[in-house]
Parts: sequence; structure tokens; C-alpha cells
Amino acid sequence: MHKLTIPIPDEDIRALHVGDTVYLNGIIVTGRDAAHKFMIENYIRQPVSSEQAELYEEIKQLLDGGVIYHCGPVVKQHEDGRWSFVAAGPTTSIREEVYQPEVIAHFNLKGVIGKGGMGPNTLKACREQPAVYFHAIGGAASLIAQSVKEVVTVHKMEFGVPEAMWVIRVEDFPVVVTMDSHGQSIHEQVETQSKEKLGQLLAI
Amino acid sequence: MKNLKELDLTDAFVELVRRAATDLPADMEKVLRKAKEQEKKGSAAEGALEAILQNVDLARGHSTPICQDTGTPIFEIYYPVGVSTRLLAEQIRLAVAEATDQAYLRPNAVDSLTGKNSGDNTGEDFPTIHFHEWGENAIHVDLLLKGGGCENVSAQYKLPDAGLHAGRDLEGVRRVVLDAVYQAQGKGCAPGVLGVAIGGDRGSSYLKSKQQLLRPLEDANPNEELAALEEQLYKEANELGIGPMGFGGQTTVLGVKVGTQHRLPASYFVSIAYMCWANRRASMDVTLSGDDMEVTYA
Repeated sequence: MHKLTIPIPDEDIRALHVGDTVYLNGIIVTGRDAAHKFMIENYIRQPVSSEQAELYEEIKQLLDGGVIYHCGPVVKQHEDGRWSFVAAGPTTSIREEVYQPEVIAHFNLKGVIGKGGMGPNTLKACREQPAVYFHAIGGAASLIAQSVKEVVTVHKMEFGVPEAMWVIRVEDFPVVVTMDSHGQSIHEQVETQSKEKLGQLLAI
Repeated sequence: MKNLKELDLTDAFVELVRRAATDLPADMEKVLRKAKEQEKKGSAAEGALEAILQNVDLARGHSTPICQDTGTPIFEIYYPVGVSTRLLAEQIRLAVAEATDQAYLRPNAVDSLTGKNSGDNTGEDFPTIHFHEWGENAIHVDLLLKGGGCENVSAQYKLPDAGLHAGRDLEGVRRVVLDAVYQAQGKGCAPGVLGVAIGGDRGSSYLKSKQQLLRPLEDANPNEELAALEEQLYKEANELGIGPMGFGGQTTVLGVKVGTQHRLPASYFVSIAYMCWANRRASMDVTLSGDDMEVTYA
């Protein structure tokens, strides 16, 4: 069992291996389909425009050595305007495979939280950065919301609640490393094994 | 004296949505507990199931959504002659908006052209409502909250399928269903439940496969051949070893339900509706006893 605080130093990332249980602490940012597309198009593949600069600098600071979470939460706004997370499990990560390596490299991300795993391009980026893929338990949304202690702020609310970039402070957020910085992926292993078994069952 | 035509069921629909979103049916919880016992002690698979069960307890206790993806609400309504389906649909739309306001549902309806979220779970053909007139003097409603992650790994095959050596028979069906489970890996939040439909056209086949998910896990298929197929697919899908969340393990599916439809001579579709472990279904019955409306939930 590992307990890590964000920002996470490289040596802590290198010490992680697939199958390790990790409890994350600190500030993380949610980002899914719209946020990844937005960052690629406005921050990474072209120079940041002056009207985007302020938010860019803020996000850059939050993600440097940090963690992005593929999540579209259920939220509640209190009378004083503060937000809280009611349910906040991971969404399927593979949709971000086309964006993730560039986002990892550009922002010096140390971790991506999601579910279902990601592909060879992200695995390669994890080895180079170094970074890891943290698997949260899909559907365990009320449980995970308990470790979200504070909603610090929210950006890009115009994307809608699920797609907005929520800046949250977490305590002991439970995850399992399923892709590490040494080139190992549980998803690759399980896919290979289940393919072999399928071949036996279908005798082809 | 009141009659069913005059009832406003908006509040009852809100309660139905709350129950579906925040509590798992007893049959699902039972098989998840059994699955946890079968996984290797200390494995990631066991840990995942443990977290799932803790989450179910918490969601029930706090009345918060089991999963943040509260899915497409799919209503199957059985109503007696004379009840206005237009009014019922209006009440359902009001109810999902209210349930969203109370954070039982995430705002989940996005305009496909503009990308704008309507904010209240109503929109063009959203939520999904199917009406069925029946002979009872009562209203029965089944609700399924079908999440997006598992919807994305649902699949449809057109038989024969040369790559899988799948012909137009139950052996062909077996082959494509196992392939669908392999293709899904853990991405549909395994361990899942499979609703399978054989026949129909592309549209009716997908619908039928989803409706299979409303069957309780313990109900046996009245058709012996299909009952045997369900059992075989359950056993073999679990042999694939994909496990909870795709971490590897003993439990890949929790149940398989197969239904059939007549088809065209030219077509043989097999649709597989993959439902995540958070198989959120709930139902309600509305009857009248004198002037009192009686609503029971299950």
C-alpha cells in the first residue's frame, strides 16, 4: 500500500508497479472528453492566445507533477455558492487515448485516473515521463465522493457539469496502478490471456 | 371517485428514479457478494468487489447515486385503456428534472449538434419512454438506468460472421456473444449482465436486448434451449478470466438473459446489451383503492 501526495516526485512514480494499491492526497483536476479536446486545441497544438493565457497558467500549475481524473461527477451547489461532489466515479479512459500522451508530456502529468485502462501510446508516455495510470473502481461513485474533501473551484462550466474541469482536494483517494512507468499494463496482460481463452472456447 | 386517468404520478416517478439511482436490486447485490467470496483473497479483483459492495451500502444509506453516470433513464410503462400517455410522458419529464435538481441524477442529456447539456435530463427523445397498453386496471412501470460506459461496449452482430465461424444457429449466437464479452474487456464496468436478443431488425433487436436486462437474475428462461444457452454463456464468459474491472479474476459476468424475435428471411441479428455491475432497475405499481392511490415499489 502506497500513500502519495500530489505533486508526486518522479522517484515515487518509478517505485510503483502494476497491482499496487495507492491512496492519493492533494489537489487533482477532472477532465474528460471536452476538456482533453479543448487543451489539445487551445494549449498544446497551437500557441496559447492572450485571452486563454490566465486559465492556461493556472491549469499548468495545477497539473505540473499532478494528476488528471477522467470523471464527470454528480455535484450539489449549496446556498452559499459552494459546490460538493455527491457521486464521482471514473469514466472510461480509452476515449482520451488520442489526446493523453500529449497532455501528459505538455503538463508533466504524473498520473491519470480513470477506468478500463488505456492503449500503447499512453503506456509509452507513462514510461517516458514517467507517469502511471491509476484505475479507480468504476461505478463506486458514492464511495469515491467520500474522499473528495473540497471542491476548490471549477473551470469551463460552459462544457456542462460532467465535462467541466473541477479542481478538487482529495484525501486517501483509493486507486490501483494498472499501467506503470516500466512498460507493464494489466489491461494488455488480461486482453492477451482472455484472447487465448476465447480461441480455445471457439476452437479457432 | 377517482380513476387512474386523473392521477398525477410526478412525485411517484421522482421516488422511482431515486430508488433506481441510489439502491441496487437485491438479486444484484446477492450475486456480487457471492462473487467477492469466490475471488482470490487479497487480489485486485476481490478489492474491486469489496469497494463495489461498500459503495452500494453507502449509496443506499446516504441516498446518493450508486454511480455518477446515472445513464439513460429508460421507462417501460404498462397502462390501461384510456390513460393518456401524453400526460404520463409529461409527468416523467417533470420528474427527471426534479430528480436532477435533487442530485439523484446527473444532468445527462446533451444536444448532439451544439454539445450543450440541457441541465435537467430532458431533451429530444430523452428520457426514453415506451408505452404498452394492457388489460389490468393498474399502471406498472419498469425503469432502467443504462450507463454510457457499458452502452459503448454493447454490440450487434450480423450472422453469418465468417471471422468467428458463426452461422445462423444457437452455436453462432454463442460465438458472437463470447466475442462481445472479450471485446468489452473491463470497459463496461465488469462484472456485467448480458441482455441478448436474437432476430428482429437492427432497431428492434437492440431494444429487445435491453429489455432482457429487466428480467430478475434468478428467473429461468421458459424455453429450454435458451435456458441452456444462458447457462452455458454464463459459465464460458466467466472462463475468459477478464474479472471485475478487467483486473483479471473469476467473475466477468453475473448473468445472461436471452430473448428472441421473428426476423426477416434475409437477416439474422444478434444484439448484446452489456449492463455494468450497477444494474440499476426499479419498478412500481399504481392501483386505486377507493379514492386512495396506492403505489408500491420493487
